[in-house]
Amino acid sequence: MTAPAELSVASIDEHRDDEAQARFDDLIAKDSRIEPRDWMPDAYRKTLIRQISQHAHSEIIGMQPESNWISRAPSLKRKAILMAKVQDEAGHGLYLYSAAQTLGIGREEMMQQLIEGRARYSSIFNYTTPTWADMGAIGWLVDGAAICNQVPLCRASYGPYGRAMVRICKEESFHQRQGFEILLELMQGTDEQKRMAQDAVDRWYWPSLMMFGPPDDESPNSAQSMAWNIKRFSNDELRQRFVGMLVPQAEVLGVTLPDPNLTWNEERQAYDMSEIDWDEFHEVLAGRGPANAERLRRRREAHEDGAWVREAAAEYARKQAAKAATAA
Amino acid sequence: MSGDLDPHGDVTVDRVALAEELAGEAAGAGHAASADVAAYALGLGDDSLVLAQRLGDWITRAPELEEDVALGNIALDLLGHARSLLHYAGTHDGRSEDDLAYFRDEPDFRNAWLFEQPNGDFAHTIARQLVASTYLVELYRHLEASTDATLAAIAAKASKEVDYHRDHAIQWTLRLAGGTDESRRRMVRAVEQTWPYVEELFRDDAVVVRLADEGVVPLPSSLRDAFDSVIDQVFAEADLARPEGRTAFVVDGRGREGRHTEHLGPLLAEMQVLARAHPGASW
Repeated sequence: MTAPAELSVASIDEHRDDEAQARFDDLIAKDSRIEPRDWMPDAYRKTLIRQISQHAHSEIIGMQPESNWISRAPSLKRKAILMAKVQDEAGHGLYLYSAAQTLGIGREEMMQQLIEGRARYSSIFNYTTPTWADMGAIGWLVDGAAICNQVPLCRASYGPYGRAMVRICKEESFHQRQGFEILLELMQGTDEQKRMAQDAVDRWYWPSLMMFGPPDDESPNSAQSMAWNIKRFSNDELRQRFVGMLVPQAEVLGVTLPDPNLTWNEERQAYDMSEIDWDEFHEVLAGRGPANAERLRRRREAHEDGAWVREAAAEYARKQAAKAATAA
Repeated sequence: MSGDLDPHGDVTVDRVALAEELAGEAAGAGHAASADVAAYALGLGDDSLVLAQRLGDWITRAPELEEDVALGNIALDLLGHARSLLHYAGTHDGRSEDDLAYFRDEPDFRNAWLFEQPNGDFAHTIARQLVASTYLVELYRHLEASTDATLAAIAAKASKEVDYHRDHAIQWTLRLAGGTDESRRRMVRAVEQTWPYVEELFRDDAVVVRLADEGVVPLPSSLRDAFDSVIDQVFAEADLARPEGRTAFVVDGRGREGRHTEHLGPLLAEMQVLARAHPGASW
């Protein structure tokens, strides 16, 4: 008796899946949004969990290189702006973890993956911030690159992700202008300040170009993500767009972009540039960047040092609930 | 910025946040503070500045992400108060908020000792926040009625914010005192080690006595009863005892006279290092 019953249940499930898949495909074809309760293919769910949690981790780890200068910001106005910025990043991390949670993964699990080194975050945050000018370069270049990557994500097919990105992009564009303004102020300052600004641009330019990921012909996940309307433009397209944005801004700033081969190619209607040092990219990705170990150590310590506080909050909530139940 | 290559698309810049952050610049734009008012504003501004500097250290190190946000928010509010107050203090002798924050030495800082104490563990930070915010709520509530229009305006804005800070501190005091055995042990110890710094907050000096006579500021001593009454309510609910008379140690806080504990020097050295390396530079 049991064998045929099982068979028929399986075939009904399969039939339902086919219908659900057809509905999903139709939503994607119409460029509509997929919402948490909609059926979605496992691979789509996994891709989103991976991407959104990596994005959340990047926001959280990305707080560190900038928090390095909160205590030493050279004016109270800059201190306030920097503090607000780092706080925004914590907020972005929180929205993104929430968006990932709608796909059925818990925040604690994502945090464990991060502190155990099992999850990725943007490699750019494994570079260090030795000078104040790095606050300008991060805002201008890193947030600038992030915006180029993220604005198209506001239209990502998964609803909670797209909506989180709208809010995040508004704040990121504000951050980028603040970074630009820091560099502008330095470039109009003393010789020492100008040197500081140029040095920071020299150090952050190439890593910021690497933020768009490997060249299109070496990017394994891109095609499927584009078919699912998660990704809208290729890595190389976005990189070109970013450089196109930087060139005129660098002129306004008076900084030199550290690529002697950077020229506009009229024929291709694109910038020619030197080859990116992908060996460096892969080294940092593999955990051998300047600050990989330090970034994870700090996150792990904060998490472990705070365990007793989280336990206290949970225990207090449990006692309060028990008290309320007794009273009722 | 570039026109047709603008990657921001239809996303607009949120200017409101910056306007909010820079509100300090507008405060005190009207008239110059008298010597007494400047001295008073300096003390209160230093309290907020030093505490903001301390709380900023929690960002990226808090027990949960929500606390990175909350403590960062509180630090940012306090920094805003500090900027308004220092700016106003500086109108007396033509110094800017940054001149006062970055180019005064330790003996010229006038904050009370409570504010310069190290963060310690989360319970110590919460105990310090409970004392600081309960005191500031009472202070700003009275200062809103100041005959000095600038102090009244600064207090009116700050009042709403420190009210939230107090709520945050109370909630965590209850959670830690009523949570696990470990959190309770840590909270009790933090309260004992924080209490010696309470007294200084309510001490009247010659400047405040003169200002209180003119209705410019409340006498610190007059705020003590209200402070105690709030603390007693919180402690009753948290089953904690006010450790008066049996504190962990005795201190004689003299921050308003420019005498400080060993903790302020390193805090200032770190805060001021970059600005002092480039005197006269603009940032």
